[in-house]
Amino acid sequence: MNNEALQQTILSWFPDPEFPQPQFTEEGSQFLNLSTEPEQLHELMHLLKNNPETHFDYLFCLTGVDYGKELGVVYHLESTVHRHIMVVKVQTADRENPILDSVQDLWATANFHEREVFDFFGIKFKNHPNLKRLFLTDEWEGYPLRKDYVDETNMVVK
Amino acid sequence: METAVLNSTTVKKSNFKSEEYFINMGPQHPATHGVLRLLLTIDGEIIKKVEPDLGYIHRSIEKMSESNSYQQIVHLTDRLDYLSSHINNEAVCLCVENALELEVPERVKVIRTILGELTRIASHTLWWGVMGMDVGALTTYFYGFRDREMINDIFEETCGARLTMNYNIPGGLMQDIHPNFVKRVKEFIPHFRSKLPEYDRLLTGNIIFQKRTKGVGVLSREDAINFGASGPVARASGYSCDVRKYHPYSALDKVNFTEALDTAGDSFARYKVRIAEMWESLNIIEQLIDNIPEGDFKVATNAVIKLPKGDFYQKVETARGEFGVYIISTGNKNPYRVKFRSPGLSNLSLLNHIAVGGKIGDLVATMATIDIVVPDIDR
Repeated sequence: MNNEALQQTILSWFPDPEFPQPQFTEEGSQFLNLSTEPEQLHELMHLLKNNPETHFDYLFCLTGVDYGKELGVVYHLESTVHRHIMVVKVQTADRENPILDSVQDLWATANFHEREVFDFFGIKFKNHPNLKRLFLTDEWEGYPLRKDYVDETNMVVK
Repeated sequence: METAVLNSTTVKKSNFKSEEYFINMGPQHPATHGVLRLLLTIDGEIIKKVEPDLGYIHRSIEKMSESNSYQQIVHLTDRLDYLSSHINNEAVCLCVENALELEVPERVKVIRTILGELTRIASHTLWWGVMGMDVGALTTYFYGFRDREMINDIFEETCGARLTMNYNIPGGLMQDIHPNFVKRVKEFIPHFRSKLPEYDRLLTGNIIFQKRTKGVGVLSREDAINFGASGPVARASGYSCDVRKYHPYSALDKVNFTEALDTAGDSFARYKVRIAEMWESLNIIEQLIDNIPEGDFKVATNAVIKLPKGDFYQKVETARGEFGVYIISTGNKNPYRVKFRSPGLSNLSLLNHIAVGGKIGDLVATMATIDIVVPDIDR
């Protein structure tokens, strides 16, 4: 399915214009990008994976990003049946206690990747079965890949 | 002094308890291929749970990349999966070139593909040697290294290094190929074609080896997809996922090759897929080696590369599977965020799933066929 058809299919799942609509953009990216709200994330992901038309059953990349004001996660999805690719982005403005839904129940690969994001960005994933640091020690303070992370002992920044 | 005589009637069976216990495998265990620590929960010899403990050699290359230029990032990536160093370098270069909409000469594409396939063979020969060693056959190690040396010599002559080659730069190659390059690669192809059957005679057909690997660590196609597996691990379970087929890059759209697939999903299937891949890589190299186009080995880029604002993703097929480079650019000379999608982390995440219920010895064989490289996981 091409990007245009994908966009139409996904929009048809949200017929109520009062409801927050997923936002599409193709600007500055080779894939179709979809931005969604944290409250909608799990439902949308469930549909993207299980709907036979989209069938995004392969989560090949899960990236945590610090956008400055917001913290976000970027999901790269591929369908092993249709072979199309799309990107889902979600952001939360709460830097003190960022919480997003885990997609670990949909794609088992998210288990480790969400732990990595928790480790480096401090984003907590709701309903994750084993949310603890993946690479750093449990005593580590702070989240190193955040832009405002300062640690003069362990890091050399030019 | 009287010795206590053990009276069989007084020893009741209920005195023996079955209890699970923890055991550490690694971080300095030869079978973990690097500093990987596995926390095993064991009942007798049966594995109940495998929990990897990572981070022993985490260097935070993603964070380092945020303060480096795009040319510098290339050099960090061959410290990820050091056995696929050339392909990792290529991924970053392709990502930067796509973002700049820079068309590299055909000569560069062909040379990159030849070196990429040589890298794959070098990685698989090393894996093959270690695979045999892990299941108790030390001879394979010397066979594998004998053939790998020839490739490393080719790399040394053309790239100046044997392992972390740093031969790719955004826009092309560091320098042109060595005058001996074509000759030596053409010597290597028939040499390796005559040696691969030796591999089969020594290990593949060995009945002990087959008993150690057949039916061990079975991964279904659904689970391979669910766990984000890629490369030979996924293809041995019947999931066709070769990036070279579905998203061809460099000169891979000009060559004919068969994607190695199997359906058994066990350790032996993963073994056979890698052997088949070595044959296919030879075919790819043979199609290209006589047809390296004339031309420049690079196109000029600005000394300071600035990518346009946006997100850029490039996936390539390394010896271990799908490697991805995800660059978020704000238009600066440094990337805002770089993510390396490593095949190893996803492939490792399924280890618990396929090792539970097996024995410790089977875990070693399974780990060998997953073919993890720890710096690729720890990044």
